[in-house]
Amino acid sequence: MVSKALLPVNGIDYLIIGAYLFITVFVGYSLKKYMKTGEDFFLSGRSLPTWITSLAFLSANLGALEIIGMAGNSAKYGIMTAHFYWIGAIPAMIFLGLFMMPFYYENRVKSVPEYLKLRYNNATHALNAVSFAIMTVLMSGISMYAMALLFKLMLGWSLTSSILLSASVVLVYIFWGGLSSSIYNEVIQFFLIWLGLLPVVLLGLKEVGGFQGFIERVPAEFLHSWKNLGSATQNPLGIEWVGVVLGLGFVLSFGYWTTDFLVVQRALASRSLNSARLTPIVASFPKMIIPILVIVPGLLVVALLPAFQPGAAGGAPDYNSAILLLMGRYLPNGILGLAVTALLASFMSGMAGNVTAFNTVWTYDIYGSYIAPGRSDQHYLTMGKAVTVVGVLFSILTAYIVQHFSNIMDYMQLVFSFFNAPLFATFLLGMFWKRATPAGGFWGLLSGILAAVAHYLLYKSGILPYSSDMGANFYQAWWAWLVDFVVTILVSLFTKRKSDQELKGLVYSLSSRSGRDASRRWFLRPEIWGSLSLLLVVILNVLFW
Amino acid sequence: MPGKESNHFLDLKLPLGALLSFYGVVLGLYGIFSDPSVYTKSFHINVNLYWGGLLLALGLLLLLLTFRRRRG
Repeated sequence: MVSKALLPVNGIDYLIIGAYLFITVFVGYSLKKYMKTGEDFFLSGRSLPTWITSLAFLSANLGALEIIGMAGNSAKYGIMTAHFYWIGAIPAMIFLGLFMMPFYYENRVKSVPEYLKLRYNNATHALNAVSFAIMTVLMSGISMYAMALLFKLMLGWSLTSSILLSASVVLVYIFWGGLSSSIYNEVIQFFLIWLGLLPVVLLGLKEVGGFQGFIERVPAEFLHSWKNLGSATQNPLGIEWVGVVLGLGFVLSFGYWTTDFLVVQRALASRSLNSARLTPIVASFPKMIIPILVIVPGLLVVALLPAFQPGAAGGAPDYNSAILLLMGRYLPNGILGLAVTALLASFMSGMAGNVTAFNTVWTYDIYGSYIAPGRSDQHYLTMGKAVTVVGVLFSILTAYIVQHFSNIMDYMQLVFSFFNAPLFATFLLGMFWKRATPAGGFWGLLSGILAAVAHYLLYKSGILPYSSDMGANFYQAWWAWLVDFVVTILVSLFTKRKSDQELKGLVYSLSSRSGRDASRRWFLRPEIWGSLSLLLVVILNVLFW
Repeated sequence: MPGKESNHFLDLKLPLGALLSFYGVVLGLYGIFSDPSVYTKSFHINVNLYWGGLLLALGLLLLLLTFRRRRG
């Protein structure tokens, strides 16, 4: 069943898509024989080199939805979109590598929620593990549905064939190769995204007349990232710099990059502590230049297509179609197949990332902690494989539910933001303040979640005015974080803390930091690369002020 | 510590290099044999040929790194 398609793909394009699918299944199959223990399956045997874990760390977040959505944002808001890549990512990635990674890696935790179990108590752990597991399965279903929609639009594939094809390929390669399959596919995706989308950017720049022509044809207010952030009413984002710095730069960014197991899991697969610490820091360098692939295309459609110019007649254009329009405009068959494959790869690895995070959290944090603790390693390995199948089936189910009730998607994303926003406060106090108590951790986290819900209700009922949904979202994260932070401290002051013995290695002041100060060659030091990354991102912000 | 990753798990440079080389060859050949009129979209630049060449070079580089390490 093929309906009318936006992009005129032919046999050569399908050959390129097919070769990609073949390689992903081949990689999964080749990894099969290495999966002997739980650690092999869930943590890649803690054996991967830094370049692999870094690129996977970056790609796990670079889903196709994100690429298409951010290109759309760039067509709508201009270079201000870069805040999601610079202040909204880099400082948090460096902080994770320099200060937080030792707590995850040296305690041999298998997941991020497991740290909460060791540091606080079972209640805090269960609250986080269960909400995370539900979230990942639903997210995987959402991205499956989004992919099916896009492929229907681009190539005319039916929703069912897209969903079944992607689900079965992802299922097969994770079942065989576990986290390693997922990570390897993310690295392949990283290469394909650059090789598939860069021609679009280059041809677009050629049409506008190079860099000079680009600057002349894009409206001036689209070329500044900070200049117009003085007040919320002056810029299209509807937010001022305080909200960007506190909401996005501090809470949302740190909450996501340092505590979201989906990304942190990539670093845990590293072969040494130093490599684990380098993972997010090395990843920060390519992260800085992702805007070339997503922001430049957004600005190009503004420069080239009259419908996208501010104040154009005929209402708001479909911003999310920016990248697809350019692909159709410039790419002949052949290289078009490569760009389509890049989008397919980024959808599939997004799904796979969610499925591997889900099977780990389910097996160790839910099943192994509360349902059947103390079983053999082989038992958990079998469970991990079985739950991979269950996870994929639930994702398919979610994709079909979302298909019939598409506004569910918005509600789900909203619910996720309630759970995510305050989490960073709980980790921060847990890692750097030894007086934080188990009761403090639990009540702080719960209050933070409730604060996010309350803030949302107050915004929706019009009691709290904001210029835009994005502004409300940034401030919601900030207030949820603050409530979590304050309540954790207050409850901790009146409840019993864990002894120094119990907290050994879990809190900054009670850890040996032996691995960190060991003499290493200077060019392998995370501190050096972290400082360099920070310097570069400051330069970028000044250049595009 | 070169070589440590290759004896534990699969060395990704091999399948990745093979995939990119294959793409390079396919795009390059298509670029040579396809009708030039398809490139009006891309300002008469034979993007398949040039980009295919780049992919092939990158793919071969990855394969070279894999085999050098194996022999070494």
